[in-house]
This record gives sequence, structure tokens and C-alpha cells, in this order.
Amino acid sequence: MHDSDEHEHDHGDAALRAEALEALLIDKGLVTPSAIDDLLELFNERVGPMNGAQVVARAWHDPEFKAALLDNATQAIAPYRFVGGQIDRLVVVENTDAVHNVVVCTLCSCYPWAVMGLPPKWYKDPAYRSRVVREPRNVLREFGTEIGPDRLIRVWDSSAEVRYMVLPQRPGRLRDADESACMAAITRNSLIGVEEVV
Amino acid sequence: MDGIHDLGGKQGYGPVDVEADASWNETWESRMFALVNCAFQAGLIGNLDQFRHAIERIAPAAYLQHGYFGRWTGGLENLLVESGVLSSQVIDERAGALGQTTDALIAARPSARPDRVDYPRDGSGFERTLQQPPRYVVGQRVMTRSHGSPGHTRLPAYVRGRIGTITAWHRSWILPDTNAHGLGENPEHLYGVAFSSKVLWGDSADNHVELCIDLFESYLSPVDIEHA
Repeated sequence: MHDSDEHEHDHGDAALRAEALEALLIDKGLVTPSAIDDLLELFNERVGPMNGAQVVARAWHDPEFKAALLDNATQAIAPYRFVGGQIDRLVVVENTDAVHNVVVCTLCSCYPWAVMGLPPKWYKDPAYRSRVVREPRNVLREFGTEIGPDRLIRVWDSSAEVRYMVLPQRPGRLRDADESACMAAITRNSLIGVEEVV
Repeated sequence: MDGIHDLGGKQGYGPVDVEADASWNETWESRMFALVNCAFQAGLIGNLDQFRHAIERIAPAAYLQHGYFGRWTGGLENLLVESGVLSSQVIDERAGALGQTTDALIAARPSARPDRVDYPRDGSGFERTLQQPPRYVVGQRVMTRSHGSPGHTRLPAYVRGRIGTITAWHRSWILPDTNAHGLGENPEHLYGVAFSSKVLWGDSADNHVELCIDLFESYLSPVDIEHA
């Protein structure tokens, strides 16, 4: 069932254990294969960074919505009825010429799934979680993002149930672009804060 | 718990693998993601704090080697064995039949004296209502608790025993430190607290950096005038 290539080797022990747990719980009737499939379908189709990008693109075009978003993001995005969880309380932090924001969870890998989807693997890896709170400029440089010494970097460690999403700056080239063109330019990494929108 | 999971500020993990993307690496990872969600729905996991702590208790080597959903696998196995739903022996046999070798690194380390979460949730979500007013106000300086604890906590080591400034009051939430162990929801006020990088990392700190983190009221004490 499993390829034995090098990449997979590290995870092979976990993969077999995971398969065993799934099979045993299904045998006992405690979970059903269809429930697992339904959940995956939901996450694969409806949960992803397109939700966050949609919110940011609207904030770039609608000053009232932007103000509401920065004041109480949970309330401001409630009408979208995003699913996927982890946004009991969402806080949106705005990048400006003076401040650049970047988000992490050093203790596990908390992430606002409903607006950003499945977190990238690096977000959950020890290198990012250990270093971005200590040397954020170096870490951002590894993503090709240069933040000048005059700009404050604010690192948000999501240690409780509050989740953070970055409102990136709108680049000059998108000054006249409509919401859908902006949405296409807004990357998941810019919502985490490791990149700017270019 | 001062475990392998408490990674903030640790050194030696090398560059960030920026190409490691968001797609499921392998099918089993997506199945495990869904399985844990189904296990929550089936009541096989007491609460999210208990699950986070179950992950913290896996073998440290597996924490680093098995990837994110490998950690979930170990955490789920811990809880299923501790609650008596499955035995380690039955899981070993099934994994063995699937090809697990005798030298396999097993993440799970189920406790012989597990915690029991035997109370219903006092409402939905994690936010709760508290009668007593918040002790701290925005702008106030506070000192974080300097010691760790044997159990679950959301006070990372790198911000312990440091002075920071309250920047936000996030209302009141279930306290993970007790909820993870079946000792009640014990809601507390939650604050955004900001620390300068110099306070955290000394002279070698990255300049012009502020660290913002959300901390529960019992993690904090007031800073008197002499310290201020």
C-alpha cells in the first residue's frame, strides 16, 4: 500500500499505526468510513485560504468592512458562514508601513482553519515554531521577505483559542484591481505574514 | 509540561523548509485528520485540551520524526488506550499485520494512571462567562509565572518569569491547565500580553521586534512600582 521511497520512510511507522487505529475503530463500529470520507470532502472543497483571501480583498475595497474586521473579525466574517473551525475568536492584524505582523503557534500548531485551510507543513515543523519568535527577520528572509530594520515586526504566538490572520498591505500594482483580481493575488503565506502581497 | 512540544526560542532546528506545502503529504495523514475529528464526535476524546496534552506526552523522538499527523496518531493512541477503548496489544497486532516491524518507533506512551474527563461541557466552544471582573487593564505591566508545571499549560517556557504589557482583554475562556486533566473548565480571563524581544532574548535579540501572546490570568502577577 505504501511506497518505500526515502521521503516516506520517516513517517512509515506512524502511517501503519494510523491505519491500524482507523481499522480497529471501524471494526468496533465507533467510526464509519463514510463519516471519514464526508469530513475529508468538506475540508477539501470548502475550507482553504480562498476564504481568507476573499475577506482581505473585500477589506481592501470596503473601508467600513475593513474597520469592522479590525474591530471584531469574528462578527465581521460571521455572514460568510465559513466552516472548518478554529475561529471561536478571530483577530485580524493589519500590516502597515510601520508594522509587519507574522503568526505562529509555538506549543502545537494552532491555525485559523476556517479562513486559511490546512496549515502548510512548515508551519507545524520545529524550525518555524522555534525560530520565528526569536529571529523573525531571518526566518522571513528564508521566505524571500525582507523587512527593513525600521519596521516593527510583531510576532503573534497563538497560545490560547484566539486565532490570528494578517491583513496584508495592498500593493500599488493592484490599486485599480477589482476584488476578484485582488483575491487571486493574495497568497496563503501573506495571511500568515511570511510574505507580502506583490 | 516541559516537553519537546514547547519549541519557542529553541535552537538547532535549521532553516525552514519553505517548500513544504499545505497539501496532505500522504493519504494516511488526511485519514488521521478525519479520524481524530470523528473520534471527537463519537465522544472518544474528552476535550481538545486533553488531546493537545496527549500529543505532548508522545515519545519525543516520534514528535520530531513522525510529522504533524504522526503526532496526532500518537496522541489518539494514548487516549484510546487510556480510556480502555483499545489495548496496546491489539494495536500492535493490527499494525504488525499491516507490516509494522519490531524496531518501529511507536509514538504512543499511554499513562498507567490516566486522567478522566467525566463532566459535560458547560456550553459550546471554549469561551465562558465570568462574574468577577478582569484583574488587569490594558497598558498594565505584568510578570509571568517563572516555573513550569508537570501537566498541561499554555504558558510557554520562553515567556516565563518575564515582564510584559497587557495589550488586550479577550474575555474569559476555559483554562486548559485543568480542563486537559479532567479537573474542570475553571474559566479565567485571557489577556494579550506583549514582550519586547530584548526582554526575551537579551542583547542578541532581533531589533525592533515585539512578541504578542495570549495568557490566562493565573499565569500573571502584577508588577509593583519598583519593578516598573
